[in-house]
Amino acid sequence: MTLISVVLLAVCFVWVYPFLWMVSSSIKTNAEVFSGLGLFPKAIRLDNYVRAWHDAHIGDYFFNTVFVTVTSIVISVLAVSMMGYVLGRYRFPGKRVVIGLLAAAVFLPEGYTIIPIFDLINKLGLQDSLWGLTLAEAGGAHVVAILLFAGYFSQLPKELEEAAMMDGAGFVRIFWQVYLPLAKPVTATAIILQFMHSWNDFLLPLVLTLNKPELRTLSVGIYSFQGEYFTDWSGMAAAATIGLLPIIVVFLFLQRYFVEGIAGAVKQ
Amino acid sequence: MTLARDSIARAGRTSSAGLWTRIWTSRWCYLFMLPSLVLAGMFTFYPMVMSWYFSFLDWSGFTSARTFVGLDNYRELIGDPLFWDAFGRSFLFVIVAVPIRLVLALLVAILLNNQALKLAPVFRTFFFLPVVTTAAIVGIVMTFVLSPYRGPVNQALMGLGLIPEPIDFLGDPDTALWTVMAVEVWKNFGITMIYWLAALQTVPRIYYEAAKVDGAGRFQLLRYITVPMLLPFAAIIVLLTANATLHVFAIVQAMTRGGPYFATQVIEVYIYQTAFAADQVGGVPRLGYASAAGCFFGVVVMVIALLQVYVARKAAQVRAQLVNE
Repeated sequence: MTLISVVLLAVCFVWVYPFLWMVSSSIKTNAEVFSGLGLFPKAIRLDNYVRAWHDAHIGDYFFNTVFVTVTSIVISVLAVSMMGYVLGRYRFPGKRVVIGLLAAAVFLPEGYTIIPIFDLINKLGLQDSLWGLTLAEAGGAHVVAILLFAGYFSQLPKELEEAAMMDGAGFVRIFWQVYLPLAKPVTATAIILQFMHSWNDFLLPLVLTLNKPELRTLSVGIYSFQGEYFTDWSGMAAAATIGLLPIIVVFLFLQRYFVEGIAGAVKQ
Repeated sequence: MTLARDSIARAGRTSSAGLWTRIWTSRWCYLFMLPSLVLAGMFTFYPMVMSWYFSFLDWSGFTSARTFVGLDNYRELIGDPLFWDAFGRSFLFVIVAVPIRLVLALLVAILLNNQALKLAPVFRTFFFLPVVTTAAIVGIVMTFVLSPYRGPVNQALMGLGLIPEPIDFLGDPDTALWTVMAVEVWKNFGITMIYWLAALQTVPRIYYEAAKVDGAGRFQLLRYITVPMLLPFAAIIVLLTANATLHVFAIVQAMTRGGPYFATQVIEVYIYQTAFAADQVGGVPRLGYASAAGCFFGVVVMVIALLQVYVARKAAQVRAQLVNE
């Protein structure tokens, strides 16, 4: 067992070495970046971050990304939990049709839908705001989250809602005050899945901000940085580190839910 | 309201109630589904239908001029070698990258599933890290790490005496596609590993213990318990992995933008560039033509997915039989 652990540890080091190299490059000088395999710089340079944040507008892109991510999480988790609640607890005419439609959406390639989405956003007049992107992100692949909610809600006891009805609670209050608070683990998973989806998405923000650099997200901003400032290695490393850190922090704190959510998708 | 709730419960059981009554008593259900259905309608179902309509148009996207050209786009598509190259590359990607990813991830998952391995959660976190990373960041990091100009990978390979001179992994048409595949495997390996771990945890411990009592060795446990029990999950995992790999886009666009000389232009990159980045490949944007490519590809993927779902069902039946015996 010790041998396996040592080997795995070595493999893991190589596995994450690219990230370590990136973070270390972000505090080196441009000349020092390609001076060898070493990860420790001679002196720590933080001006790379200042340059990336201001000159390359990574700061603006950061706030765009936070806006899109947070608003799309709120919209999609609300919509998805309500959908999952109904599908998990009720029978009604048309239920099978709804489930069939959702299932069909799973295998849809992004390249297949991106052109009509681009067209729709323009038609709605949302091409000059982040709201178009927010909506498109919230409308993205959330079938998995619906299934997770439906599965969870279907297992909760019926007595709870009967008791709530005795107290005079209606459909909305039973959902909002009785069942949703019980679904914290699934809600956490849904938030994380949507966070990952919105924070990391590339094609949608790329296409929806084609002519509007000021609306770029981190993903697209960093990608454009690469094209525009090709020789500024340490600046790019700093920009990439700014984009990477939030998601790693979120991941490390909530990784249990991350893993359970993705595992749950397969078991479903 | 309470009455309505009661009748919803009843409506589910008694089918004798009229359809309209049942729909009316379920009105809260429909209301609750509305936000999700509106979103799905706008960003999934509407695009599904409109893609087909667009594929019959000659439309640049710059102007509102859209000419209906019938099947012209499809006819042109069939004669377009760039499209077929991209199409073939996407499938080559699947054929090469998916098996590697599946096998490697299964091996690591079996190792990490061992309860004696105390550091398993730490390893799991490390392997999962590239999954949560933005493709654009991976693109930058990889141009750094694989740089022919004293990048760490070339430095290490030369230091070990494995190669005489630096390799331009992403810049050379002969190595670019394989390099992109390797990076894609590295980036998404963690998801497949988590899938396998989830599947492994559904195998009841008691089976292993019983087999051990009967004197089964480590290999026999794997051959006669783990593999058959994993089969139905394997079908789903192959489906999910192959599906995701067929649609690979961001990581390729971020690393090579389909180049050099189209060497890494997979189908989704082809669609994106035809529609939105025509200047990169020397032409004008053609949204209608790109839609035709998308629809054609979408149909092929759907057919493959249905075949796979069929195989998955069969595998589930095999497992059910095994459990009954």
